[in-house]
Amino acid sequence: MEPALYQYLLRLADSSLTMGQRLAEWCGHGPYLEEDVALTNVSLDLIGHAQMFYQIAVEVSGEHKTPDDLAFLRDAHEFRNPLLTELPKGDFAYTTLKQYFVDVFNLHLYQALSKSKHQPLAQAAKKALMEVKYHLTRSQAWCERLSLSTDEAKQRMQQAFDDLWFYTPELFETDEAMLQLADQGLIADYSVLQSYWQQQVSDLISKCQLVVPQSGWLATGGLQGEHSEHLGYMLAEMQFLQRAYPGCEW
Amino acid sequence: MSEMKLYEVFIRAKSGLNHRHVGSLHASDAEMALMNARDVYTRRKEGVSIWVVESCHITASNPEHEHEWFDPAEDKVYRHPTFYPLDKEVENM
Amino acid sequence: MYSQGLTDAKGGDEPAELLAEFQAKIDREEKIEPRDWMPEAYRKTLIRQMSQHAHSEIVGQLPEGNWVTRAPSLKRKMILLAKIQDEAGHGLYIYSATETLGVTRDQLNDELLTGKAKYSSIFNYPTLSWADIGAVGWLVDGAAIMNQVPLCRTSYGPYSRSMIRICKEESFHQRQGYEIMTVLARGSKEQKDMAQRALNRFWWPSLMMFGPSDKDSKHSEQSMKWKIKRFTNDELRQKFIDATVPQAEHLGLTVPDPELKWNEQTGHYDHGEIDWNEFVNVIKGNGPCNKERMQARIKAHEEGAWVREAAQQYHANKKSEAA
Repeated sequence: MEPALYQYLLRLADSSLTMGQRLAEWCGHGPYLEEDVALTNVSLDLIGHAQMFYQIAVEVSGEHKTPDDLAFLRDAHEFRNPLLTELPKGDFAYTTLKQYFVDVFNLHLYQALSKSKHQPLAQAAKKALMEVKYHLTRSQAWCERLSLSTDEAKQRMQQAFDDLWFYTPELFETDEAMLQLADQGLIADYSVLQSYWQQQVSDLISKCQLVVPQSGWLATGGLQGEHSEHLGYMLAEMQFLQRAYPGCEW
Repeated sequence: MSEMKLYEVFIRAKSGLNHRHVGSLHASDAEMALMNARDVYTRRKEGVSIWVVESCHITASNPEHEHEWFDPAEDKVYRHPTFYPLDKEVENM
Repeated sequence: MYSQGLTDAKGGDEPAELLAEFQAKIDREEKIEPRDWMPEAYRKTLIRQMSQHAHSEIVGQLPEGNWVTRAPSLKRKMILLAKIQDEAGHGLYIYSATETLGVTRDQLNDELLTGKAKYSSIFNYPTLSWADIGAVGWLVDGAAIMNQVPLCRTSYGPYSRSMIRICKEESFHQRQGYEIMTVLARGSKEQKDMAQRALNRFWWPSLMMFGPSDKDSKHSEQSMKWKIKRFTNDELRQKFIDATVPQAEHLGLTVPDPELKWNEQTGHYDHGEIDWNEFVNVIKGNGPCNKERMQARIKAHEEGAWVREAAQQYHANKKSEAA
């Protein structure tokens, strides 16, 4: 059991799962039929990534657990995702911008992780990277469409930007254990990720004429299992059957 | 606002084959149409390449002209190799 | 997923010669293509049947969508998402085929949201437990397949082609539903009870999916002549019952029809009478979930309006920049 790597894999998996779960809420309710299908594709990819990372976590832990045990039988304080990924789906601007922030992050993250010395992680990152590239193409195209169009759309994008911006620094938070993993060449150097991310996002901000908000609550806590109130409800819903009928096969 | 534009979607199943018409979809512009076509029409890896074209840009022949346009080709039997009997010895020509 | 054979259309004053030629073409099993001459009643019947079919796929996303966020494993969540997504895709394919008949997507959508158009009655029933997701796949998709396989040979080309694609894609839908039921039926007592309750609730509504009995169905005859339909409602319903009862027995579940009995002479199952009052009521809008389903569709459409407008405005801006 390598506790540091295990915890890190949970962070990857939990982030993908919470993103995928939120996106799945759009299924059947998209802004138009073509987009409904497209959003679900991204959701499916993300849940697939979660499963991959949980699988590696299970192998690393050496315990007799399954990816489902990790997804469905841990409480909120054991989840390691940053708060950004668990936020409610909001309107289409909110969903789009949140997706864009995470897509840019994932792009650089998986590029770095595909060189990890932990082979299973490197393989999984390569697979995820391929899919994330398309996610980013989509979310970026939508950010531009929503920001450079009608007054209502611009206003909604700016609102989403104001609401989400101070959740983004947490994506790059590290702790002592992560720094050690990075030193061993197992995971990415997050300060490098952050500089790539800032460069790319600031290009989009200027292209989309968004205004960076002056101040807000700086999100933190995911690494320690201290989340927003939203995660508890998400898990209550997601884990309901496994909790109500313990020990069953489905 | 009026309806989003209609695009026809063509997919190449694998390299070496022609793009084939598979259906249509609505999109605001060509870039979105292309992405949506990917999501709607290749969920089971049905293709390696996609074309989209706005439906209004397609010019079609008139079905009323079907006979006068296409039937005359029917009796041009000399365009086909089987029209030419050859001696057995050179049959593989 | 499917249309319920509620179509109806009146013929106009069309030249007998063209009509005869049209019928001859159908009888030769040649497909009718969008720009070919066709009787107005044929066009209208198709528009109505195809749009009902497409609407059913779209509204059909909702009862299953009800369990997406609560699916009990990652695998089940992905399967369910993929299946519901297929349904949206299938709605889209059929809308796309319907548009070749000279109606717009907006018109079709308006008809659904204003309640003018019908969709399959089955989607007005609630999904109350996880087993309902199994039952929907097994019974509802099972019934839909019975109906859809013959539609692959329907006389209208675009409809036929979309149905071929749909049937290919839907082949996993019924199996995944039956697999859910199998796991439940072999699980704990609570799980088995859950499966039985789902079968109890979905059995009769599934039989209603085939539409009114032949003796009350006013459209079947013309649709059969035009080869839009290939089998009558009752023929398909019987086929479904014959196929499904042994599957239920295999699971150790009881079909909730005390009159159900194998008939050696006919080689079919005899079954009890369907509650046609319930059927008519649900079709009229008085089913358990008619209101919720429509409200959900209207909400999605209204909340999506600014997104659709923004995308179009962006394109207009780009064009005027380029000019």
